Amino acid sequence: MDVIYDWFRQLYIDHGINLTIVYDRFDRNRMLGGLWTTIKLSLTCLALSVLIGLVGAWLQGARSVLLRAVVQGYIQFFRNTPPLVQMYFFFFALGSLMPQVRNEFGFTQPMIDNYTWAIISLSFFAGAFNVEIFRSGIEAVPKSTVEAAESLGYTRLQSYIHVVLPLAFRVCLPALNNNLVNLVKTTTLAYAIAVPEMLYVANQIWSDAVNVPEMMTFLLFAYVALVGILVWVMRKWEQSMALPGYGR
Amino acid sequence: MLRTTVSVTALALGCLLVGAPEAQADVMEAIKERGTIVVGIRADYRPYGYLGPNGENIGIEPTLARDVAERLGVDYEFVPVVAANRMEFLQQGRIDLMIATMTDTAERRRVVNIVEPNYYSSGTNLLARKGIGVSAWEDLRDRPICAIQGAFYNRKTQEEFGANLIAFTGTAEVLTALQQGRCQAFVYDDSFIQARLQEPEWADYEMPVETIDDAPWGLAVAHGEDNFYAFMSEVIEDWHRTGKIIALEEEYGVDPIPFTRRMHEEFSAN
Repeated sequence: MDVIYDWFRQLYIDHGINLTIVYDRFDRNRMLGGLWTTIKLSLTCLALSVLIGLVGAWLQGARSVLLRAVVQGYIQFFRNTPPLVQMYFFFFALGSLMPQVRNEFGFTQPMIDNYTWAIISLSFFAGAFNVEIFRSGIEAVPKSTVEAAESLGYTRLQSYIHVVLPLAFRVCLPALNNNLVNLVKTTTLAYAIAVPEMLYVANQIWSDAVNVPEMMTFLLFAYVALVGILVWVMRKWEQSMALPGYGR
Repeated sequence: MLRTTVSVTALALGCLLVGAPEAQADVMEAIKERGTIVVGIRADYRPYGYLGPNGENIGIEPTLARDVAERLGVDYEFVPVVAANRMEFLQQGRIDLMIATMTDTAERRRVVNIVEPNYYSSGTNLLARKGIGVSAWEDLRDRPICAIQGAFYNRKTQEEFGANLIAFTGTAEVLTALQQGRCQAFVYDDSFIQARLQEPEWADYEMPVETIDDAPWGLAVAHGEDNFYAFMSEVIEDWHRTGKIIALEEEYGVDPIPFTRRMHEEFSAN
């Protein structure tokens, strides 16, 4: 490993390309921590936002007017406000109204920390879009198919899970992919409430080492790779779900 | 962050003003002829320069400026300046003297004539809740500490003192987070912290550790004003010798900083 570190140190001396995240132990650990936080944050929000989308789309078809209104209100609120503003609102405004807990130092602090608020905000933000994405898929399922399921004795929930969703999923996967890719990129906004994800860490490193171009380039490539992995997984999933004669 | 912005601005100004002509006439003569010295001061930086209840300029630096006027036997006129325009004002001759919380840097010395010795200094300290049990920087280990993103002392606070750093983009966010209990202290410029400690809403807070990474402040005259420079240099030495700045710090409720105490000892000794 030392050979690699020395090579990057020499790269800085010879060519002025300063990748402290390779040869400086402190910066390397910070960046690895940032990468891990980004991955954790992304995976958690991906899962939660899909779940919210599924439940939301199901509730959109509910008989109760109240339930439908609640879902509609949720979508309007989260889709029409900028995620950065939501993040600030949750963390600073709503966060201070939450119950306080006593910490290990004997002082009270708000119960929900910044990382959790980031998860909540990002999941609900992407979830609002997912509801509409799933609705587009559900509405593409022929009415006769749903009626066929009903005539076989399926309840509304059963036909949603076993008939409508599997078909709807295949229709809306491209749109869902788009939204999930966006979600991974939106995790960078968590830097505003001090969640140490990659942008937050990179910002601090380039302030210390004054290597803005290097860190910017690294960030871009890191996100290309992260999103690339996500897109690849989604593509595999799409292929494994392909039905002959349905969709592609 | 603040310092970076300021120094970048200073650098840009420096480039712009490299070709500017230097003042020819002696400003000391001009001041005496006019009967008034025009001093650039801060009006937004409590307790160093701020506005009193009736809108008058008060604070440590305006008091020093009045002292300069008294020594010259002239009247004084104050021009409020901010970090972004203070050096231009001096360059353009709109003020004769600038005493405006300016950190002394090499880039700025190219733009204006910073008078030696330095009259004040600021460094890094903590705005901490009283009773958290921090009395040295090493006590920060594993504690949640707020900071400003990009500040140069963040790394030291993490790497050397082991703090669990929570950095936000601006001071308003940090102060809110601190009041909400999301962190136990805020690591920042001590002059800013001094200013906060004057306000009643920060009564439960204190500055519990020794200031580190001290950087001196310089008052400045325009380039080419060598007579005025020499005069001001003697004035500053006299302030240090007589302990005037320490007395002013006490008057305005600031604990005398190590720098002023050290300068007082140095100059009063010989």
